[in-house]
Amino acid sequence: MFTSLNIMQSRTELIQDLQNKAALLRARIIETSHQRKLPHLGSCLSCVDLLTALYFYQLKIDPTNPADPLRDRFILSKGHAAPALFQILAMRGYFPLSDLTHSGEDGGIFGEHPPPPSQLPGIEAATGSLGHGMPIGLGMALAARIKLQAYNVFAILGDGECNEGTIWESAMLAAAQKMNNFCVLIDFNKWQATDRSELTMALTPLADKWRAFGWDVLEINGNNMLEILDALNQFPSKTGNPLAIIAHTIKGKGVSFMEDDNNWHYRIPSAEEVVLSKKELGIFL
Amino acid sequence: MRNAFADEVTQLAQIDSRLVLLSGDIGNKLFDNFKKVDTKRFLNCGIAEANMMGVAAGLALSGLRPIVYSITPFTTTRCFEQIRVDVCYHEAPVIIIGTGSGLSYADLGPTHHSLEDLAILRTLPGIQVIAPCDAFEMRLALRAAIKSNIPTYIRIGKKGEPEIHGQNISFEIGKAITVRNGSDVILIVTGTLMPNVLVAAELLFQQGISSQVVSFHTIKPLDELYLKEIALSYKLVITIEEHGRLGGLGGAVAEFLSQFSEHPPHVRLGTKDEFMHEMGGQEYAHRRYHLDAKGLAQTIKNYMHRQ
Repeated sequence: MFTSLNIMQSRTELIQDLQNKAALLRARIIETSHQRKLPHLGSCLSCVDLLTALYFYQLKIDPTNPADPLRDRFILSKGHAAPALFQILAMRGYFPLSDLTHSGEDGGIFGEHPPPPSQLPGIEAATGSLGHGMPIGLGMALAARIKLQAYNVFAILGDGECNEGTIWESAMLAAAQKMNNFCVLIDFNKWQATDRSELTMALTPLADKWRAFGWDVLEINGNNMLEILDALNQFPSKTGNPLAIIAHTIKGKGVSFMEDDNNWHYRIPSAEEVVLSKKELGIFL
Repeated sequence: MRNAFADEVTQLAQIDSRLVLLSGDIGNKLFDNFKKVDTKRFLNCGIAEANMMGVAAGLALSGLRPIVYSITPFTTTRCFEQIRVDVCYHEAPVIIIGTGSGLSYADLGPTHHSLEDLAILRTLPGIQVIAPCDAFEMRLALRAAIKSNIPTYIRIGKKGEPEIHGQNISFEIGKAITVRNGSDVILIVTGTLMPNVLVAAELLFQQGISSQVVSFHTIKPLDELYLKEIALSYKLVITIEEHGRLGGLGGAVAEFLSQFSEHPPHVRLGTKDEFMHEMGGQEYAHRRYHLDAKGLAQTIKNYMHRQ
């Protein structure tokens, strides 16, 4: 059976608990990035709150039975945030946290992108090449309808990833098929690898674009746990449409000297920077 | 062949509730009977083949058996990246159908020709690549592909292709079928050029050249045993395909033969390394590339006389 988390908590306690988990997750991502020389720190940190809300609040999953056919599916379509995904899967109990000390190791499984599901429990799709996770997720949502199963499918997309044509192909098919078991969360951190996302591909008005493609749209502060939970509580939408949550986030969120500085797309933090980061996050491991 | 495909997939869908048919906005009316089986299991994915391939992978990873259908370039070269990542890397049991393959739609121009698909798809790890020579092979290939649970590409023709085999052929993926016995030259053929090759073999026979004709319906995995035990004993090996000469069946056979210190000369027949700029139907295109029966017979005779 799926594990029920946080049943006995008050809403304030729940938010506080999720925020604490998010801070811990950030610290672990930064520490592992330093130890194992893993890049994409900024991209990981912007979606930490979304991941935390999904894995510790929303998803009906059972880490002891990762292949349960009735489980909710989550796909990290922006696969370069894999270091964040690996950490949260470990925190959720899919494999021991100590496994991640081998991140980036030759011959290992924890690289810079998620491996295929056959290689690691908890992974639904091997992403990394952008614009792939959403169509695969849509296929999984359609399978639920065909098989008369009640699970939902969630995917986190990057704003840079919305450059890819397959995102919009997929958006049109999902809307035509009225896939109200399908929710995408766009980690709108305003940067892509080499420039501001808006300057690269005229992304805005992003919410209007998704609305025009036939989706229900919610626009939130994607680094605010309360707003994230409120948005997730409105899913599945009563209109029958798929739901896009436009999550305004800050790249490098949580550490003052990383926030909105795109150098952290590739930079690896020094030992000193790890100490400073953890101090800011209030995490002392 | 496409009508036989529609008929076969409809029959199979009645007994296998996992089968889902995805079409890239083609086959209007062709799949009406399939839709009657279960409307939910027919998905018109629109003119968006890259997304369609990803959706198919998602369906396959959820326990269903999707079959993706469109004109060959659009289910192959157009979405090669999705076949590579979503289907093959995930080992997702998706069946990809390329209809109107080779020069079937010659008159639609090079945008609709597919003379590179066999070459590029067979480079992908874990995929099976099949080009049936008639409706019987196509029906049996589809059944075998579903049973195999392995990503499979099946390249089919259009309609009205002659029947080569009787109903009782035994078909196994990766196992060649001898269609005609002969002793001078071996003609290794894949796909819908087979009728032309059989007429060519008869023309050659009348001129004193005895040809062994074999259907290599599977390009990957290649029937290496047949090549080693039978093809190596001929004094000339000729591969024939409605595909460019680079990297397809001819390429696969050449790669295999090259490991032997002594092997017969191997000639690869197919289309030239070019786009066909002038207009013309499939028969015109065959003549242009000497892939019609007479052209094949003449080319093969010329190579035989060089031996």
